[in-house]
Amino acid sequence: MKKRWRQGEHYVWFSGAAVCLTLLMVAVLLGVVMVNGLGYFWPSDLALATLDDGSRLLGAITNAERVPDRERDNLQFKVGNRDLYGEDFRWIDGAAIADLAYPSNAVLLERVEFGNFHGFLKSLALASDDLAAPGDDWSRLMAALPLVAQRQATVDEMQGHLAELNGEIESLRRQAARLRFDDERAHAEAIHTLQDRMEQLAQRFEGENAAIARTVTELRRSRATFRDAEGREKEIVLADIVRAVRPNAMSVWAKTGFYASKVLELLTDEPRESNTEGGLFPAIFGTVMMVMIMSIFALPMGVVTAVYLREYAREGLLVRLVRIAVYNLAGVPSIVFGVVGLGFFVYGVGSALDVLLFPERLPTPTFGTGGILWASLTLSLLTVPVVIVATEEGLSAIPRGLREASLALGATRFQTLLRVVMPMAVPGIITGFILAVARAAGEVAPLMITGVVKLAPALPIDGNFPYVHLERKFMHLGFHIYDVGFQSPNVEAAKPMVYITTLLLVVIVMVLSLTAVVLRNQMRKRFQSATF
Amino acid sequence: MRIQQSAQPPYRLAVDDPIIAIRNLDLYYGEAQALKDITVAIPRRQVTAFIGPSGCGKSTLLRCLNRLNDLVDSVRITGSIKLEAMEINSGDVDVIELRRRVGMVFQAYNPFPKSIYENVVYGLRIAGVRKRSILDEEARRSLQSAALWEEVKDRLGESAMALSGGQMQRLCIARAIAVNPEVILMDEPCSALDPIATAHIEDLIDALKKTYTVVIVTHNMQQAARVSDYTAFLYLGEMIEFNKTDLIFTQPERRQTQDYITGRFG
Repeated sequence: MKKRWRQGEHYVWFSGAAVCLTLLMVAVLLGVVMVNGLGYFWPSDLALATLDDGSRLLGAITNAERVPDRERDNLQFKVGNRDLYGEDFRWIDGAAIADLAYPSNAVLLERVEFGNFHGFLKSLALASDDLAAPGDDWSRLMAALPLVAQRQATVDEMQGHLAELNGEIESLRRQAARLRFDDERAHAEAIHTLQDRMEQLAQRFEGENAAIARTVTELRRSRATFRDAEGREKEIVLADIVRAVRPNAMSVWAKTGFYASKVLELLTDEPRESNTEGGLFPAIFGTVMMVMIMSIFALPMGVVTAVYLREYAREGLLVRLVRIAVYNLAGVPSIVFGVVGLGFFVYGVGSALDVLLFPERLPTPTFGTGGILWASLTLSLLTVPVVIVATEEGLSAIPRGLREASLALGATRFQTLLRVVMPMAVPGIITGFILAVARAAGEVAPLMITGVVKLAPALPIDGNFPYVHLERKFMHLGFHIYDVGFQSPNVEAAKPMVYITTLLLVVIVMVLSLTAVVLRNQMRKRFQSATF
Repeated sequence: MRIQQSAQPPYRLAVDDPIIAIRNLDLYYGEAQALKDITVAIPRRQVTAFIGPSGCGKSTLLRCLNRLNDLVDSVRITGSIKLEAMEINSGDVDVIELRRRVGMVFQAYNPFPKSIYENVVYGLRIAGVRKRSILDEEARRSLQSAALWEEVKDRLGESAMALSGGQMQRLCIARAIAVNPEVILMDEPCSALDPIATAHIEDLIDALKKTYTVVIVTHNMQQAARVSDYTAFLYLGEMIEFNKTDLIFTQPERRQTQDYITGRFG
């Protein structure tokens, strides 16, 4: 024992314990997020509880609380029907429950508004015959829903076209405004032509709008009436139903299909219900695009800076000061970068751009307000020190002999840099890039004041000219977590969404990092025995 | 070539038609003087060895010949080094051109992490040679001159990192030969190699002197005796003695030289 102590065995154990602790923390964190997040989409059975006082409720059991000396736990039910009860969740005293049943005809509706509905189908009123199908009410409903969804998609498409028309009118209006701004008299004829064209478009707009309104009214006449556990009736428009299932009657396979469709919705659809339901696609898109724009700026800037500091600058007081400044930049709180981004990019550069490029739109700002470009630039300021430090490390690890060999063969310093030094420094640069991406993807504070919003009306890339709209505001997974988890009116219902969003953010960062790590290891293999 | 003994000490050999002539060379690292008043002439198409104990300045002197000391910020050089008619130390000399005329092989073999072929043609590529046929031909010639061709001709595309130490060093020699230099500087080329690989390199040096002037720095006096035609002994930054190798090793004229080669210090 004493001998082991003398040999320093305990230090080995200490460091081993520290590693275990770290791993454990990571595992617990990921575990909690995964269990809570991934379980959410599995359709849970609906329990029909009859209480001692005769009242009844239908819902999924979401939580249980052990009470000492009682036979039955206190149960938390997700009862849904927010429009009827005003609340989604209820705690029920375990002792007060007289009976707990799982009726196979209990229906769970996912709706466009007001969250889930739990109840029983009473009757069905289909507006048009082409929606009709044989069988009982439930199978008729099942047959009608996809058709209704299809028609709803057509309406959405028409509305998309309407938005295009609107955009066209808007751009004409802007052209006219620009001409007026320039010199109204000189361009009188051109302005007149523009106005004629605008009127034509406006007429088409009216016509199409009316057509849409007719279709929608027709579509919304198809309704179904449901009963809740207490027997209260509720008429629900079929077009408002996103999904309808009877979870107690579903097989494992059916539940798996439901789960898959929910995951697909998560990855490809837009959010509903103030972000607590539906998909996360705009946030995923915004996060990835922001990280990419950030990389486009931060990577070259950091690499070039590091190359100058390490390869060209004469080592002296100034270079040392610059290096210390860069290292310290990495420790500045991110919100400070946000403020700098707001002041410099948004109010400074953005406002100047507006005056130069879009004077006719003022006082409405175009670039002079938060947007994905400014947020990305702010983040690239934040991450550039990381890239610089890693690149410098990579450059300094290259043996001097190789540079000398190249120079002795008559290469210039730049040729040496390009052909010998840089290829070998790539693994180091990629390491820096990984760290920068991980940092940028998780950062929220500076984004909140430079361009992130709770709900962006349009993606930063779409089919309208000029296709990439860098001035647009965007959604971000990190901000989504904050918004849904802490700013939403119905926090309890939003909780699973927070876990899911967290999981997605972690997965995205992991995927980005892993790709870079694989790339780096391949590069390393090429240069493996280059050092001796 | 006419060789004669100069009269006054330090013992310097007068060389007729030298390829490199160094005259009154002083070199300072900051305040410290590393080379003191070196005057020596390097004979054409012969092997000249610089010997001396560690820190005596022999590597520094070698690096003066292709201006590799430029890389060290604090170095200051006075005196004259002439390669043929070109004054190497002059400010307006084209360093790139100089380094093409004076190639170098280093102590630690340092092939680039590229293929064998790319290593050999590196110097040509940066000089702007693009034509594949010229590159191929030069690669073959250089590898043959470096006695490596037979061993690698079937795997030119493979990484140079897969070669053995001795092969890597010969590759570095081939790389230096490829740009057709007039002088090849070797800075302890065998110190990282085993005796068999060392013997290979020594044979190679012997073959190279038919075409090139070789200047070699070595720690190993047997090696200097084996491969060189002329030997210069440096001690504490001074050129103590320069003479034909067989004379230096059999009848050194100065006491310090004798002490060193008989192993009394060093």
